[in-house]
Amino acid sequence: MDFNGAQGTVVRLFNDANAQFHKMPGSAIILRYIKSSYQDDPVRSAIELFLFLFAVRYLLAPTYSTHKKVALREEEIDELVDDWTPEPLVAAQTPLEEMENEKRPVIVGPTGPKSKLSNGRTVTNLASYNFYNFIANETLKEKAIQTLRTYGVGPCGPPGFYGTQDVHIKTEHDVAAALGTPACIIYAQSFSTISSVIPSFSKRGDIIVADKAVNFPIRKGIQISRSTVRWYEHNDMEDLERVLQKVVKEQAKKPLTRRFIITEGLFENIGDVVNLPKIIELKLKYKFRLILDETWSYGVLGRSGRGVTEAQNVDGTEVDMIIGSLSGPLCAAGGFCAANEEVVEHQRISSASYTYSAALPALLSTTASETMALLQEQPEIITSLRDNITSMRAQLDPRSDWVNCTSAVDNPIMLLVLKPEVVASKDLSYLDQHQLFQDVVDECLANGVLITRLKSMPVDLGIHPRDQGWQPTPALKVCVTNGLTKKETEKAGIVIRHAITKVITRRK
Amino acid sequence: MPARSINPFATSSTPVISSPSLDAINEKRDREQPRRTSFTKGNKFTALFGGASPKARDAALREAIVAQQQALLNSPSPPQLVAPISLPSISVTNPTNEKMPTEPKTLFQPPSPEDARLLAKAHAQFGPLGSQSHRCVSQFPGGEFAEPIEDEPPYYYLFTTYISYLILIFFGHVRDFFGKRFRRQHYSHLAERDGYAPLNSDFDNFYTRRLKMRINDCFSRPTTGVPGRYITLLDRTSNDGNHTFKFTGTTTETLNLSSYNYLGFAQSMGPCADAAEAVVRKYGISSVSPRSDSGTTDLSVEVEDLVAKFIGKPASMVFSMGYVTNATTFPTLVGKGCLIISDELNHSSIRFGSRLSGAMIEMFKHNDMHDLERKLREVISQGQPRTHRPWKKILVAVEGLYSMEGTMCNLPVLVELKKKYKFNLFVDEAHSVGALGPKGRGVCDYFGIDPAEIDILMGTFTKSFGANGGYIAAEKSIIDKLRVQNAGMLFAESPTPPVLVQIASSLRLITGELSPGQGAERLQRLAFNSRYLRLGLKRLGFIVYGHDDSPIIPLLLYNPAKMPAFSHEMLKRKISVVVVGYPATPLVSSRARFCVSAAHTKDDLDRTLAACDEAGELLQLKFSSGVAGGAMPEEFTLQEEKDGLREQKPVTPPRWKLEDVIARGVEDVQGSVLP
Repeated sequence: MDFNGAQGTVVRLFNDANAQFHKMPGSAIILRYIKSSYQDDPVRSAIELFLFLFAVRYLLAPTYSTHKKVALREEEIDELVDDWTPEPLVAAQTPLEEMENEKRPVIVGPTGPKSKLSNGRTVTNLASYNFYNFIANETLKEKAIQTLRTYGVGPCGPPGFYGTQDVHIKTEHDVAAALGTPACIIYAQSFSTISSVIPSFSKRGDIIVADKAVNFPIRKGIQISRSTVRWYEHNDMEDLERVLQKVVKEQAKKPLTRRFIITEGLFENIGDVVNLPKIIELKLKYKFRLILDETWSYGVLGRSGRGVTEAQNVDGTEVDMIIGSLSGPLCAAGGFCAANEEVVEHQRISSASYTYSAALPALLSTTASETMALLQEQPEIITSLRDNITSMRAQLDPRSDWVNCTSAVDNPIMLLVLKPEVVASKDLSYLDQHQLFQDVVDECLANGVLITRLKSMPVDLGIHPRDQGWQPTPALKVCVTNGLTKKETEKAGIVIRHAITKVITRRK
Repeated sequence: MPARSINPFATSSTPVISSPSLDAINEKRDREQPRRTSFTKGNKFTALFGGASPKARDAALREAIVAQQQALLNSPSPPQLVAPISLPSISVTNPTNEKMPTEPKTLFQPPSPEDARLLAKAHAQFGPLGSQSHRCVSQFPGGEFAEPIEDEPPYYYLFTTYISYLILIFFGHVRDFFGKRFRRQHYSHLAERDGYAPLNSDFDNFYTRRLKMRINDCFSRPTTGVPGRYITLLDRTSNDGNHTFKFTGTTTETLNLSSYNYLGFAQSMGPCADAAEAVVRKYGISSVSPRSDSGTTDLSVEVEDLVAKFIGKPASMVFSMGYVTNATTFPTLVGKGCLIISDELNHSSIRFGSRLSGAMIEMFKHNDMHDLERKLREVISQGQPRTHRPWKKILVAVEGLYSMEGTMCNLPVLVELKKKYKFNLFVDEAHSVGALGPKGRGVCDYFGIDPAEIDILMGTFTKSFGANGGYIAAEKSIIDKLRVQNAGMLFAESPTPPVLVQIASSLRLITGELSPGQGAERLQRLAFNSRYLRLGLKRLGFIVYGHDDSPIIPLLLYNPAKMPAFSHEMLKRKISVVVVGYPATPLVSSRARFCVSAAHTKDDLDRTLAACDEAGELLQLKFSSGVAGGAMPEEFTLQEEKDGLREQKPVTPPRWKLEDVIARGVEDVQGSVLP
């Protein structure tokens, strides 16, 4: 009875479905097609059916990841979780690192040409970027206090959300006017400026041609941009041209992408100066854009401290982006990128460390404007610094048998590296050289002169030493300041020279 | 180690407690120099008969101040005029030394015009506390930490939101189509030019060019002066569709609900500014070098100690920028062979740092602890992709308080998971430090969790401390390693002395080391203000996101056109708010964001509520369904709410009248009615 009833229902349903199917427009065609294909070519029908079933299975299948996973039971996972012992969050300190932590100078009271250290001694400070001794300038202090009393300390917000203050706009105008570019944007820190500017323009697939010796933030900016990067030998214009030619040739058939040359004005790791006119010529010839990092040259080079463009008589608008620093010699804080309006406006919404970070404190912004004005109105501040650089150089470079200075003649940061023959004859490894220079620094400090070493760039964790890339040659860093007289500078120079001789001759 | 004295107070021999006030007096005395001479001249006789020597007077004054502060502490309800507890520099009641013998001011004497001006200025930066009932404590009540219920608007609004975007995109393309043909020069920057590829791709630039440009006047409004309780905007107009702006030369003073000024330390007067001024005089403006060269001063050591103590970690280090703190710290902690598991809504700086580190990055759904646990089980059991080797380290990165959502991380569960799965935990407290917890020490304080449970606590000084920069607090071994490996320490400029002192003095105020009582007042006012405004907005019928104690209150607008409309309506009522839309938020949930501050008074918040009420009616923004709270308290008892019975009852959409909201607000915030 039940069985009969069920059968009747099924038959009825089948008939209904059949009738419905026949009512559908085009159903006759499908039927005819299936029938004829089955009769004419049964193999093809089978394949079609197979394909249809496969498609259904494919569409219904759950999404799967491209990583191959091992299927595990819950208990197995628990066991694995229990077994897993992570490495400690940081590795133990190496002896060199311990030494660095121990010997980091702590200045008590104001930084100046003569600074008091935490051990109570007052030393000649040749380790600060206090080239013009603006720190001690009372007028600047008064103006900063006025700003403080009007704006408070922090701007309490990112520039996009009510953090842009009129003083920032003024400083932007001042920098732009000094460099002769149409516009400028102020960042809250100079270190992060270029690492943020590069990825906001150069994306995956774009091409960057960079000097081999560029500084750490540029490298990080390039890394984050995911662009294709080609390196050229440091300051070697022929090699640059070769690389540019190669890029142009390789890319000739591909769609046009953005291409950049990235280099520094004064190199942080070597101290020498870029050949800007030649780079401009090459950039125009091969249609590249130029990003110039003037962090170490702005406020230093040129008649009134406007950087490489002024020193080498290049129009600021010829460089596509000039990145510079308002900290250090200008005694304020923050960085800038001077360029045309299009480039600047683009950064205001897409440059990470501008959009997602608080703005520069107002009093530092006004101080930057003031110090820039001071340098432009009184170029003798810079000439007096250059006199001191000359006297210091005379004590170190030609007279020392052990080191030579790789810095440009106008660079107040003098980087002293061991002469190649010294390294060869004493068989000094990279670490030995660091150790040696640390001994020199200690020796100088014992004689009342504070200098420092060029810091090597931190290597990414978990990277094999052979892949760690370019590292600067270990060097001593001596920062000349015009807060000292010529005599004092010479005296400090003699102390440094004797310390080098003493430490190196003592070794072996 | 140097003798640690954060200088401004070390130079004066006065006791620490009264020094801010005394500083203010000294400063005031300097300022009033010319007036004083004539003043004393005219009153020689009285001075003669007054008889007290200046020294004795000084001592008497000091005693008076101490006594007064004690009195104020004991009876914590000073009349409005007596401000010194909250504003030590505004010495209405502390007349200058010279006036003392000749013109004994009583507490209630009307202030001189000069004093009144200073007082008004001070109140524009930090409003006076209206009533002692306007304070409450920000603390996790215990139990399970629940996710805030996210209300949804009627489908009509979601639908119109999508339609609006479609229309905007359609019009954008139409305008582009004709523009590219007839106004070629306006598009030249998007096309290949002279053999150079365009700097911006046409496609990427579309959103900015066609959508954001329309409402550009709501962003980057330039300001002047202190971003305190009020913020002064520079008025500007645009004649070319927001491409360029012209300043009209006028300014508008608006109520500031936009700055991250949680504890109200954005002040140009008061102990912090006094300390900053003194340090500029003594130390200069900058310490010019990177920390590792010669940029480490006694001030930085001092601040690092203070921060470590405040956070409750053995050591800390400070940076000159919050963004860089994250960007440079991740690469020193993790690298190849390590894994970072990051909340999907983490800040850009965490992403930047993670990408630089070279570690693998996995994401989990925002605040979804089940998703995190699932991910953890999967990654630990599977090991590294392809090689299946175990991970070297796993670092879970979360934020204490999310700046766009107003949600807090679920720290209790995270700590539990950490114990079970042995990962390292990184908490970015950029917004939460200072803003949460009964002592203002961030999420750990809020949940009552020992900071030792968390490996790395990172934070910034921009938000609660009115300064700039960031910090990392951790075990000493970690910090020591960071000091030698962190690029921010090696190459970036060190924090400047005024910024460091602002941090130090604001920290001391919060802990009560300086002007005891003031820090607690700030913390409690912030907690009250956050709850009050949130409850008020919910009761008026708005959809707000986030946890109850969060000082970030996002008000959902949905339709893109309501962003500029709301911003303009609020500006018309002289209130500045931040509006955010895609891409900072999901496409549909455009929002306005209120950042509450301790500097706001209840009246300010009532004004905001009134403005929101009007704007909400005008723009049809009241679409809450009531599931997230805000209903009449008598409709359900507290117990029912805890038992989760609320969902079973039909919820009525809350649409309170403004007067009722204001009338009931204080009482209900103080009582345990959940917003």
